[in-house]
Amino acid sequence: MARRSSPEVNAGSMADIAFLLLIFFLVTTTIETDKGISRKLPPWQPEDVEPPTLKMRNVFEVVVNSNNDLLVEDEEMELKDLRQAAVAFLDNGGGTGSEACSFCQGSADPDLSVNPKKAVISLVNNRGTEYGTYIAVQNELVAAYNELRNREAKRLYGSTFVELETEYNDPKTGEGRKESLKEKIETIKDMIPQKLSEAEPK
Amino acid sequence: MSKFKKKKSGELPAISTASLPDIVFMLLFFFMVATTMRETTLMVQNSLPTADQVEKLDKKDLVMYIYAGKPSQRYQQKFGTEARIQLNDKFADVSEVQSFIYSERDSKREELIPYLTTALKVDKETNMGLVSDIKQELRKAEALKINYTTVQGDATTANQ
Repeated sequence: MARRSSPEVNAGSMADIAFLLLIFFLVTTTIETDKGISRKLPPWQPEDVEPPTLKMRNVFEVVVNSNNDLLVEDEEMELKDLRQAAVAFLDNGGGTGSEACSFCQGSADPDLSVNPKKAVISLVNNRGTEYGTYIAVQNELVAAYNELRNREAKRLYGSTFVELETEYNDPKTGEGRKESLKEKIETIKDMIPQKLSEAEPK
Repeated sequence: MSKFKKKKSGELPAISTASLPDIVFMLLFFFMVATTMRETTLMVQNSLPTADQVEKLDKKDLVMYIYAGKPSQRYQQKFGTEARIQLNDKFADVSEVQSFIYSERDSKREELIPYLTTALKVDKETNMGLVSDIKQELRKAEALKINYTTVQGDATTANQ
């Protein structure tokens, strides 16, 4: 067979294609964002301010010791049971008259809260507590609040509280929709305010 | 005599550019793999705790990062194994947190200051004592919006 040179394919534009791809990926790549539990710290107060007095039944006390053990309302508890206990406390609905809770489904236990609006969860941790445990406890307590808020949002508006918030925070949501969403979120937050107090560790 | 005479003479052959895209691709892949979007070098061990009730932290320019944990292996000789705070690129004391917040605030535009969030990236084995100290300092500096940065997952089992 006679040797003949095959015609060379013009590869000059391959570089352009590669650059095009490079630019496409540069533009579309979103950098992974951090996720976490958002909290708001109480403002700094001078030492001599008198704390408001609360009824014992409206306070849900969670203590974590330096061995990462949980003590809830003076009883030992496993972490996995905490969420349910917190929901039961918040959703108790034991109030009467002006303190009555119109939407609570709890058993109206006389030892638990009168109304989610009045209920306070107090979290006390030791200086030796591990941060991981602390976050797990925080997570469970926030989950308890979210569970109730989701239930109420579902009942009132047909979609869960988390869905409402996600849509509200989505930049693609229009202004008009945002207004109505904000109103719904505020209503739910007003019904079940997140009152999570943290004492200074001993 | 002229045994080694060139067969052809004259014009240089054109350099083939066929491998140029390969080079570009190679660069592309190298940067895709090697890029990590971290602005500070971590000097502490930082395995974050797990949680599932998380919110996204968007708008990176509005976040101040405070790292805490045991110094990494190569810094343990010098700084010991006690958990420490890292601000920017160096170890810091609790008392430096306030001035760090103020200097971060100064570098931001004034109308953005109310939206600033402090992200606490704390190793899960750190004791709460240190974290509480940081929180007290943040309260004094009026940086009240905080976010405990976590990894997504089931909290009840993973943190034990």
